[in-house]
Amino acid sequence: MTKMTYREALRAAMRKALKDDPRVFLMGEDVGRYGGAFAVSHGLLAEFGPERVRDAPLSESAFVGAGIGAALGGMRPIVEIMTINFSMLAMDQILNNAATLRHMSGGQLSVPLVCRVATGGGRQMAAQHSHSLEGWYAHIPGIKVLTPATVADAYGMVLAALREADPVFIFEHATLYPLEGDVDDAAQSFDVTHAAMVRTGSDVSLITYGGTLGKTMQAAARLADEGVQADVIDLRCLRPLDIHTVVNSVAKTHRAVVIDEAWRTGSFSAEISAQIMENAFDELDAPIARVCSAEVPMPYAKHLEEATLPQADQIVAAAQELVPRHG
Amino acid sequence: MATPDISERPVAQREHSLFLLREMLRIRRFEEKAAEMYSLQKIHGFLHLYIGEEATGVGAMQAFTPEDSIVATYREHGHALARGMPARVLMAEMYGKATGCSHGHGGSMHFFDVSRRFYGGYAIVGGGMPVAVGLALADKMQNRRAITGCYFGDGAVAEGEFHESLNLAALWKLPVLFLCENNLYAMGTALERHEAQTDISRKAGAYGMPSSAVDGMDVLAVEAATQEAANFVRKGDGPYLLELRTYRFRAHSMSDPDLYRTKEEIESWKKRDPIPLFENKLKEQGLLSDSDIAGIESEVGLEIEDAVRFAEASPREPVEDLLKDVERRTEK
Repeated sequence: MTKMTYREALRAAMRKALKDDPRVFLMGEDVGRYGGAFAVSHGLLAEFGPERVRDAPLSESAFVGAGIGAALGGMRPIVEIMTINFSMLAMDQILNNAATLRHMSGGQLSVPLVCRVATGGGRQMAAQHSHSLEGWYAHIPGIKVLTPATVADAYGMVLAALREADPVFIFEHATLYPLEGDVDDAAQSFDVTHAAMVRTGSDVSLITYGGTLGKTMQAAARLADEGVQADVIDLRCLRPLDIHTVVNSVAKTHRAVVIDEAWRTGSFSAEISAQIMENAFDELDAPIARVCSAEVPMPYAKHLEEATLPQADQIVAAAQELVPRHG
Repeated sequence: MATPDISERPVAQREHSLFLLREMLRIRRFEEKAAEMYSLQKIHGFLHLYIGEEATGVGAMQAFTPEDSIVATYREHGHALARGMPARVLMAEMYGKATGCSHGHGGSMHFFDVSRRFYGGYAIVGGGMPVAVGLALADKMQNRRAITGCYFGDGAVAEGEFHESLNLAALWKLPVLFLCENNLYAMGTALERHEAQTDISRKAGAYGMPSSAVDGMDVLAVEAATQEAANFVRKGDGPYLLELRTYRFRAHSMSDPDLYRTKEEIESWKKRDPIPLFENKLKEQGLLSDSDIAGIESEVGLEIEDAVRFAEASPREPVEDLLKDVERRTEK
């Protein structure tokens, strides 16, 4: 086990992949000389050179598409997209090519592309750098969607993604980069397909992923102080979704709160809610509650941004609504 | 533009000329049959015919080796045939059969053949261009000598992906030969109504990329120009843009009433139909007789009839396999 930050874990995983596999290269805006907009790739250019750590022009569609083509041509590209809002410029390549080529070619083509994308709010970056659109990606058959919420997952998910034969999108919540934790850098394989039970309780299931895991854990600690014991589930992988872990928890607690930084309408929280209903309707003792972002483009001012994003207070309140008062 | 010097090898010249003619006729007759089968409701969805543009597909394809990669458009029947794909797997694909080149998942707009490095028909205009850049990047990074041929139409030139792709390929000196088949219409919008600069070959200058334009109705001129452009790209100094000036004789698709251009314009272009143009030239040179043409027509006719029989007789993919090609399991 090695202690490091989320940012360092991503870098360590890419460094290992670049050393172990000559097919791997990193490409994106300012990943080289600048060291990455979030300093994730700092130092990799010096170690691996400009052929394998490629600064791309501001052409999201071209460099994501070039990643697809390079993957078809036998390489293992890691493409960094600076923020999820910028990834909209590459949506044609992602949906119409990356996710589609295997099926559309009758199974002839394989696109082993890894895209790392910064996501989420909380840094006063306003309405074009802060949204949580992972749920849109999770809508698309043909790609995998990973949302590392821990330092260990930041490391393991990059390496696991590079072993996939199909496109994998890794959404890194930008508030997590300084997070510290332990990494098992001797591990040979990494499970990324199962949700994690991060805390166990019997009264309510708190279901979340990515950047809201920390707030959810704070909420669970406060609920425990009030005698309400919560299961906390980190979904980890939105597509394919491990609904079994969620259903097993709900079968125990009979109550669920889904916490999702996306806008509520049409969000991934709606999918979770629907799947709980499809799979465990009879287990529910209360309607499923959701804590999501307010339906507004992300405001800049700190107090407004805080009011927009899900907060621990709201999670606590939503859980209390569902759980009968003791005593 | 120097054509390969074959004057001293009349036999080879005759053989190659007949080959080019046969390839163009394969496309023409295949497309006519496809239109017929579409009206008989054997083929559905969109069908974009290549008739009139055979010289660009066939002439340019001669510059590529089996190690090279090809990226095409949704009007790609001609490219697929010229790349050597059998007519039967293409017809079966349009019939939606399991024996089709894409198992019936793609249809007319999405032919693929990875064994021939034919990386497909792309139906988002310009959408194949970044993929072609990436294929070339993979070749370069793995020190392969191959190049990538990227076909697209004049409509793609207005897309951001055209500009992003030319810039990236030029910036990284990637071995891509960009082949713009300028048929003067982006669906129904004429070139001068969608481009501020109608000389497409000049756009390469903005990226410091060499370029040229050639008469796309003259198969030998296309072949020679593409060979020269490919030779440049193979040297490793970066990409090249070749504009092939052509015209489609049929409507954009089978559902297009063709209201945006005049009959006179179409008829004037048909006078430069690349197939009779080439036949007459060969006859004048004494390289082709009417019986040669009859022989080629008969061979081509057999291939097309066989393709239809094959497509008719082929099974459909079982519905149980609906999801099988969406993703593959973890490799290791």
